Amino acid sequence: MVLGTYKEIVSARSTDREIQKLAQDGGIVTGLLAYALDEGIIEGAVVAGPGKEFWKPEPMVAMTSDELKAAAGTKYTFSPNVLMLKKAVRQYGIEKLGTVAIPCQTMGIRKAQTYPFGVRFVADKIKLLVGIYCMENFPYTSLQTFICEKLGLNMELVEKMDIGKGKFWVYTQDDVYTLPLKETHGYEQAGCKICKDYVAELADVSTGSVGSPDGWSTVITRTDSGDSIFKQAVEVGIFETKPIEEVKPGLGLLEKLSAQKKEKAEKNIAARKEMGLPTPY
Amino acid sequence: MSLIARIKRFLGLEAEAKREEPEKEKSEPVGASKEEVEKVAEENAKPRIGYIHLSGCTGDAMSLTENYDILAELLTNMVDIVYGQTLVDLWEMPEMDLALVEGSVCLQDEHSLHELKELREKAKLVCAFGSCAATGCFTRYSRGGQQAQPSHESFVPIADLIDVDLAIPGCPPSPEIIAKAVVALINNDMEYLQPMLDLAGYTEACGCDLQTKVVNQGLCTGCGTCAMACQTRALDMTNGRPELNSDRCIKCGICYVQCPRSWWPEEQIKKELGL
Ligand SMILES: Cc1cc2nc3c(=O)[nH]c(=O)nc-3n(C[C@H](O)[C@H](O)[C@H](O)COP(=O)(O)OP(=O)(O)OC[C@H]3O[C@@H](n4cnc5c(N)ncnc54)[C@H](O)[C@@H]3O)c2cc1C
Ligand code: SF4
Ligand code: SF4
Ligand code: SF4
Repeated sequence: MVLGTYKEIVSARSTDREIQKLAQDGGIVTGLLAYALDEGIIEGAVVAGPGKEFWKPEPMVAMTSDELKAAAGTKYTFSPNVLMLKKAVRQYGIEKLGTVAIPCQTMGIRKAQTYPFGVRFVADKIKLLVGIYCMENFPYTSLQTFICEKLGLNMELVEKMDIGKGKFWVYTQDDVYTLPLKETHGYEQAGCKICKDYVAELADVSTGSVGSPDGWSTVITRTDSGDSIFKQAVEVGIFETKPIEEVKPGLGLLEKLSAQKKEKAEKNIAARKEMGLPTPY
Repeated sequence: MSLIARIKRFLGLEAEAKREEPEKEKSEPVGASKEEVEKVAEENAKPRIGYIHLSGCTGDAMSLTENYDILAELLTNMVDIVYGQTLVDLWEMPEMDLALVEGSVCLQDEHSLHELKELREKAKLVCAFGSCAATGCFTRYSRGGQQAQPSHESFVPIADLIDVDLAIPGCPPSPEIIAKAVVALINNDMEYLQPMLDLAGYTEACGCDLQTKVVNQGLCTGCGTCAMACQTRALDMTNGRPELNSDRCIKCGICYVQCPRSWWPEEQIKKELGL
């Protein structure tokens, strides 16, 4: 249960060349939402679009594949996507909505669906929730510290950021820079310390990079609808897949990281309780 | 044991419940089988529900009626609406299994005070229905000085005056949560109702709870659920944290209630998702 309840886990990537180029990993999020749009499973999706400042995302409602592609790639700071769900329903008139969410956002959405106290006719419109793995998130100022102060770069020069293999990676057009993850410690947001969910355990389909080779994603199908949408997409050739047992580093690493995250969170929760601080868990 | 008796027992009001039960049912074993429960539920499936309208706007009752698909079934086959202005032509307050109270109470209005006291005696369960009854909501801003009753200035949530068993906050509560709560009540699904029992104690609500009870406590994740839930657009997300425009806040409490870092119903969520 360290990866939550699931139906199947595979390694996968989008077969669309353009998505491969734009996406963070295997392009599963962009590819799956685009497929669901084309099939009429959803009419629009809330994603983390570009904001006014470089690498500071703003939630946006994407109604076309092009808009989805414009939002591809990971931004390691807050994009309060859940806020946009109501606008998507009320202002864009979307009846069938998709979205991408990190685990804590998935929690907000699922709680609002199960106990919809004040969210009249919004919660039931969410038809596809693609979750992405998340170890921690950073305030925007932390990102600036890494890139501008520690690496001496300009935010606008950065083409891609990534966390993996013990390092924070920054790609510009010509170069690759790295920062040991040690240097990022203490800059995470406080709320992440008690987060026990690494692999978006409550999503319809979850995806992330860990477990699969570069350019590929590890995909976990969870709910009946998530499982069937992903499998349809594979069947019509939107994604190519490999059994997770055949790729490196594989499930072992994913399970290890997930277990570590849970353990650390439990410790922090216990410490909070000892101090008399509230926790929801 | 009847549905209401079970709820009573769950609420720790056992003695009273027993008194109301006929003799023969008292000896029934506590762990009744599923079939028995279903049979009992079928026989007693129609809780008598009253709707009491204090200082509210009828929006909560309107929200109930927005359950178009199931409303007819709900009102004719699943519950008996036995009392309520706008719904039933009856002046004497009858005995009720559940009283849904809409609106806060005006301390200067004797009639309201009297009605509230009376319903606590006549109803086995009292539900603060909507944020005015639960938290005071925008009547928290009342301060008198208006015609035709300039002295009517003090409005409080009903739990300030009587014991309240459960609360369904919202301004108004969504049609879905009303339907889910009523169905859970009929099915005696106390696990689902538990948060609503807990929320009966949340009477001093404000958008600033997000700051004091979530952000200040090191709990906020910047997810944006609070800003989505706010029914008056009093909340924005600024640098990943909720920012309150207190001029717009009506103190309904919904932002804090929907925040995934205030309380967390994991089992219920997994049950609904089939996970
Ligand atoms: C804060 C954060 C931490 C992460 N940590 C890990 C980790 O520890 N291990 C791991 O394997 N994977 C992690 N990921 C996920 C990973 O970086 C990729 O997002 C994921 O693999 C999806 O890649 P893709 O190619 O399928 O998606 P793409 O097709 O590139 O699409 C990515 C989607 O994510 C959305 N998005 C981008 N940034 C955010 C954000 N901040 N909040 C919400 N949505 C956003 C975009 O709008 C886009 O729709 C993390 C992601 C984030 C945002
Ligand atoms: S670690 Fe948890 S709380 Fe922090 S951003 Fe990721 S999902 Fe949210
Ligand atoms: S819902 Fe709670 S955790 Fe999410 S942004 Fe609002 S206060 Fe923070
Ligand atoms: S901020 Fe909005 S949701 Fe929160 S109490 Fe005020 S009006 Fe209600």
